[in-house]
Amino acid sequence: MMERLGLGDAWSKLPRSVRHAALPMLVLVLLAFYPSYYSDLTSLIGTNSTAAQLVPTVPTMVIMTVYVIMALGLNVVVGYAGLLDLGYVAFYAVGAYIAGWFATQQFSPHNVHVVSVGVPHTVQGIHVNVWSLLLVGAVFAAVFGIVIGLPTLRLRGDYLAIVTLGFGEIVPQAVNNGDNWFGHNITNGPNGLTPIDALGFGSLHNHWSFLPTVYYSVTNAVSYYYWTGLALVVFTLFCCIRIRDSRLGRAWVAIREDEIAAAAMGVPLMRTKTLAYAIGAFFGGMAGCFYAIYKSSTFPGDFSLNISITVLCMVILGGMGNVWGVCLGGAVLSYLNYQGLEAVGNNFNNIAGTSFNVPQYTYGIFGLIIVVMMLLRPQGLIPGQRRKVELELGVEGGSLYEASSQ
Amino acid sequence: MTDNLLEATKLRKEFGGLVACNDVDFAVPRGSIVSLIGPNGAGKTTFFNMLTGVYTPTSGEIMFNGHDVAGLPPHAVTHMGVGRTFQNIRLFPTMTSMENVLVGMHSRIKGGIIRSVLRTPGLRREEREAADRARELLRYCELPKSADESYAMHLSYGDQRRLEVARALATEPKLLLLDEPTAGMNPQESAQFTSFVSKVRDERGVTVLLIEHDMKVVMGISERVTVLDYGQKIAEGTPAEIQADERVIEAYLGSGATSAGNGEAAGA
Repeated sequence: MMERLGLGDAWSKLPRSVRHAALPMLVLVLLAFYPSYYSDLTSLIGTNSTAAQLVPTVPTMVIMTVYVIMALGLNVVVGYAGLLDLGYVAFYAVGAYIAGWFATQQFSPHNVHVVSVGVPHTVQGIHVNVWSLLLVGAVFAAVFGIVIGLPTLRLRGDYLAIVTLGFGEIVPQAVNNGDNWFGHNITNGPNGLTPIDALGFGSLHNHWSFLPTVYYSVTNAVSYYYWTGLALVVFTLFCCIRIRDSRLGRAWVAIREDEIAAAAMGVPLMRTKTLAYAIGAFFGGMAGCFYAIYKSSTFPGDFSLNISITVLCMVILGGMGNVWGVCLGGAVLSYLNYQGLEAVGNNFNNIAGTSFNVPQYTYGIFGLIIVVMMLLRPQGLIPGQRRKVELELGVEGGSLYEASSQ
Repeated sequence: MTDNLLEATKLRKEFGGLVACNDVDFAVPRGSIVSLIGPNGAGKTTFFNMLTGVYTPTSGEIMFNGHDVAGLPPHAVTHMGVGRTFQNIRLFPTMTSMENVLVGMHSRIKGGIIRSVLRTPGLRREEREAADRARELLRYCELPKSADESYAMHLSYGDQRRLEVARALATEPKLLLLDEPTAGMNPQESAQFTSFVSKVRDERGVTVLLIEHDMKVVMGISERVTVLDYGQKIAEGTPAEIQADERVIEAYLGSGATSAGNGEAAGA
């Protein structure tokens, strides 16, 4: 007992920043070593048992990182700035096609290599360094966000949602028909772009042997993709937190709460909203680019409305405005989507002796989860502080004083 | 000619067929406290909204500090030095007092995206200075220290009013517009607020324009008073002149009040 008190004292004496960072750091370390203890986890349960299917595989973890990045990006738009965006998948598509254009043989009569890694110079097409493409894809998506944002962000609420929904549908359609844009084959239409160059460290391998020349040259390539995805998540989280606590982050919250008051305090509405769009799009584009590189392909079919809705669900389920909640929401829903539901279904069938095809009901089950969440815990799994007080007192509508005197 | 900080000439605003503001000429001398009064629906708030960029005037010009601000977006007007409060308090309810004031400083600090992500030494210094100034403003507006980190929605009514003034002052205004600041206050609080407004003018060199219904407040602090009725300016002058003006009495008390003197309406 005494010793526990002593530990507690020592803990509370640590600087606030250390105490705040401790739990995320611990989780990060546990996640970083996931590929090395994944097989131990399954063998603990029984390698070939149905229950072992519940443990997320490393490929599932890669998908989870992609969705967590997207959810964090959408959280900037929806959670911070309060702009409902139903077409977020458009930015994801932009990122993916940037990878598709600048790291495949699509434009094959041309032969341009820019610091490409692991691609022989005899391979035709444009091959830009894939690492830089992650950034280029993100920047292009951000520019695209500004281009979409400038005309649409003059709208508010429901109208904005409808217009973004439109853009979310236009992009995959345009890509689908992009095999003949004024006589040029730009996107290769429904056949998609493949193969996309793999990530890799090229000649750095000679200095540090644990860095593979190209990911597919090593047997645990998927672990390398996972670590890359995890690094991108950390980068996204870092940026989101820093921007949230900045002048721009405050302006977003102010706009979300009261546009007229925010403008009267000197916050330029259009500019600030467009920046929210651009930053959200930046991470969406990065996620799309990474996903395309991981799959080594990109198809118009990858960018359905479902993805926009799913990512929005992740943000709402996790806790709008809270980065940790959004990470959790993104991880949980993408896990369920790609592995969990099927595994749960198999276990259920195994025990109950039934034969439900659970993945068939995925969206029904998602809908049910959201409805139950909204009834029992509308603020999300890990709610943001603001959202919590807001729901406590129901500020929206009514003047401030009326609301607070209830 | 006097030095006017704000000068509106033939300012007009129509909503469809309704003329909410009918060719009003209006001036606020630098360093003064001026009141705008009038019955409900006289066009006072419309006038405020044109000054602050919420509405674009149908015609006329608004010169502020030598620049035409008519039709500029609200944030640009604020940037030029017009701070305001609202008739119905419009704080950011789920932001703390400190954050509310920091939003007010938006146009006075820089803090770009990349610098914010990298949290450069320059940015840290800027944020620290902004926080110091915000705390100083909150003290100046007589908000208790304990309110700094509480959400605006949790503050008492009086503190919310004071916070709104603090937030408006954070925009570093040359002209402070107060829209019915003493609404809902008891006489004692009103008196306290009146002396606070005079203090702000004297100590910070801020020119004040207020819309007010409480005649005691208006007559107590204003150097000049302008009266609007049905979108038209019906009188302008010192508080004493306004109190004696027949048209003003008529507008406020109904035509019977003055016509009774003429013997037309018996027993008014």
